[in-house]
Amino acid sequence: MDTFRFLARKLIEDRIALIGLIIIILLFAAAGLAPFLSTHPADVAEFHPKLRLMGPNDNNWFGTDRMGSDIYSRILYGARITISIAVIAIGASVLVGVPIGLVAGYYHGWFSDMLMRVSDVFLAVPQIVLAIAIAQTLGPAIENIILALSATYWPFWARLVYAETRSIQNEIFVEASLALGASPARVMLLHILPNISSSIIVRTTIGMGGTILTAATLGFLGLGAPAPSPEWGRMISESREFLPEAWWYATVPGIAIFLVVMAFNLLGDGLRDILDPKIRRSPSNDR
Amino acid sequence: MTDELLAVRDLKVSFGSDSGIAHVLDYVNLTIGQGEIVGLVGESGCGKTTLARAILGVLPTNAARIDAGTVHFLGDDLLKRPAEHLSTNIRGRDITFIPQDPYSSFNPVFTIGTQVMELMRWKSPRLQGDSKRGLLSRYPRQRFEADRQHVIELLNTVQLPQPEQILKKYPHEISGGQRQRLMIAMALLPDPKLIIADEPTTALDVTIQAQILKLLRQLASERNVAVLFTTHDLGTAYEICDSVTVMYAGQEMESAPSSGFFNRPSHPYTKRLLDSLPSRERGIEGIAGEIPALINPPTGCRFHPRCDFATDACAQARPDPETIDAQHWVRCYHPIKKMAAAS
Repeated sequence: MDTFRFLARKLIEDRIALIGLIIIILLFAAAGLAPFLSTHPADVAEFHPKLRLMGPNDNNWFGTDRMGSDIYSRILYGARITISIAVIAIGASVLVGVPIGLVAGYYHGWFSDMLMRVSDVFLAVPQIVLAIAIAQTLGPAIENIILALSATYWPFWARLVYAETRSIQNEIFVEASLALGASPARVMLLHILPNISSSIIVRTTIGMGGTILTAATLGFLGLGAPAPSPEWGRMISESREFLPEAWWYATVPGIAIFLVVMAFNLLGDGLRDILDPKIRRSPSNDR
Repeated sequence: MTDELLAVRDLKVSFGSDSGIAHVLDYVNLTIGQGEIVGLVGESGCGKTTLARAILGVLPTNAARIDAGTVHFLGDDLLKRPAEHLSTNIRGRDITFIPQDPYSSFNPVFTIGTQVMELMRWKSPRLQGDSKRGLLSRYPRQRFEADRQHVIELLNTVQLPQPEQILKKYPHEISGGQRQRLMIAMALLPDPKLIIADEPTTALDVTIQAQILKLLRQLASERNVAVLFTTHDLGTAYEICDSVTVMYAGQEMESAPSSGFFNRPSHPYTKRLLDSLPSRERGIEGIAGEIPALINPPTGCRFHPRCDFATDACAQARPDPETIDAQHWVRCYHPIKKMAAAS
């Protein structure tokens, strides 16, 4: 607990990471409180053709879209989609990639090589192309986007964990625990994994940003949730026809995507410094 | 002589590599009595660490092969025992290990206390019978408290200030000397009969070295623990060892009580080694030639290509040990019999 408090204080001292964290907290708050914060909650599915393409005004703070729906409200609901895509896709990637990387890194043999060659195949194709291919094949739906992203992102964790495991494995404390009779599972989970957890956390945080961007790209290309869905990428895609005049239409979701992706990157970068075990200190020296 | 604790007999170990088979240990013999501190002296790459690892049974399984020999520990041939027996009953219980580098030996993400108690959990002298090594097995509260008390006492014994505080710290927060003291304490915790110390002071600076060596020697003799101490530093060996065995290119050359060894070295290699210590009168006298490769090493006595006294016989076969004095033997056809004390 003291260690946790120490890390929290470090995070507060790191201004830039803190900004990232605040934006992420706001994002989650926006998603969670969307029904209360939005001015026109019904506009996710309702049209008001008369109010079509109105600039920002008192009633519609960020203007309206081509159907006359309130962009502000749609952005808030869109945050829900963004978060669920990112969290589920990244969660699945971590759950698949980390065990594969650990096992492949720990054991030396044809099985390890095979696992890593499979991940190489996935890495050889550009992520976005592979994701488009998978999402296109499965058809436009949120679940398929999540599946496409998980399938393309897990090799990053497998690679990372594999490399870190290989380097930690040669440390004397790993050899010592093996020599004293610890089982491979024990060594992997209780000795190696804690050592590489900070890399995994950092990669996961930065990966969130990348996933959100890819998800928006897929939405922009029309592979995401179907029409009335307030998915951010899709909103930008819809706005293209009206672009020079209805500037707010593309700008608002664009800024939302930008802020969120930047926030995850800033936080990840900050965490990289904060989680370095070399600077971690025991609570006793902690003032 | 004290009772025999460990006896290595004709141990031959080779390593496979891409360029051929390296004959790292060539029928090596070594004896350690109970409570005896034995120095194993030799240049880098002469097989000291391999010998230490062979005794512990932790040679790299994919590369190393034990071709011949026995390692008797209390009359029991460790090489014939299954790996599981070694890891539960021998390593960390009867035989413990002090590594060379006290820094990388700790896991940086856990506190020292966590790691010491992890050791005690499986290797405590209060542990009865075989410990089941499940991922989720419990550490009985009562034994934890007793073990912890024991740990704190021992940390006091190795002169670590404020043991309670140290246990809460992370490894990088304490100094190199403290880390090595901690390693000594950890090696003593399971009440072992033999400690294998693999160059335990090379990573430390000279003043700390002396303290650590004194401490190790004192604790070992108090508790009647034998120590196998590998080093390439003759001075260090002289300081703390009861007897010294010299190795060269995977062969042991000479073995003697410390005093005998330093006063009247009998093997030409040993003599040259002692002469090569820098001195004010003679400067530094190196040994001509270089250490042979262990792939296709010289036949017979591996020192013969560099030896001043070498004859044909030396290249034919290794000489058997020749006794010079009580517990002083040398494996050479031409031992230096009379030697003025090099002082």
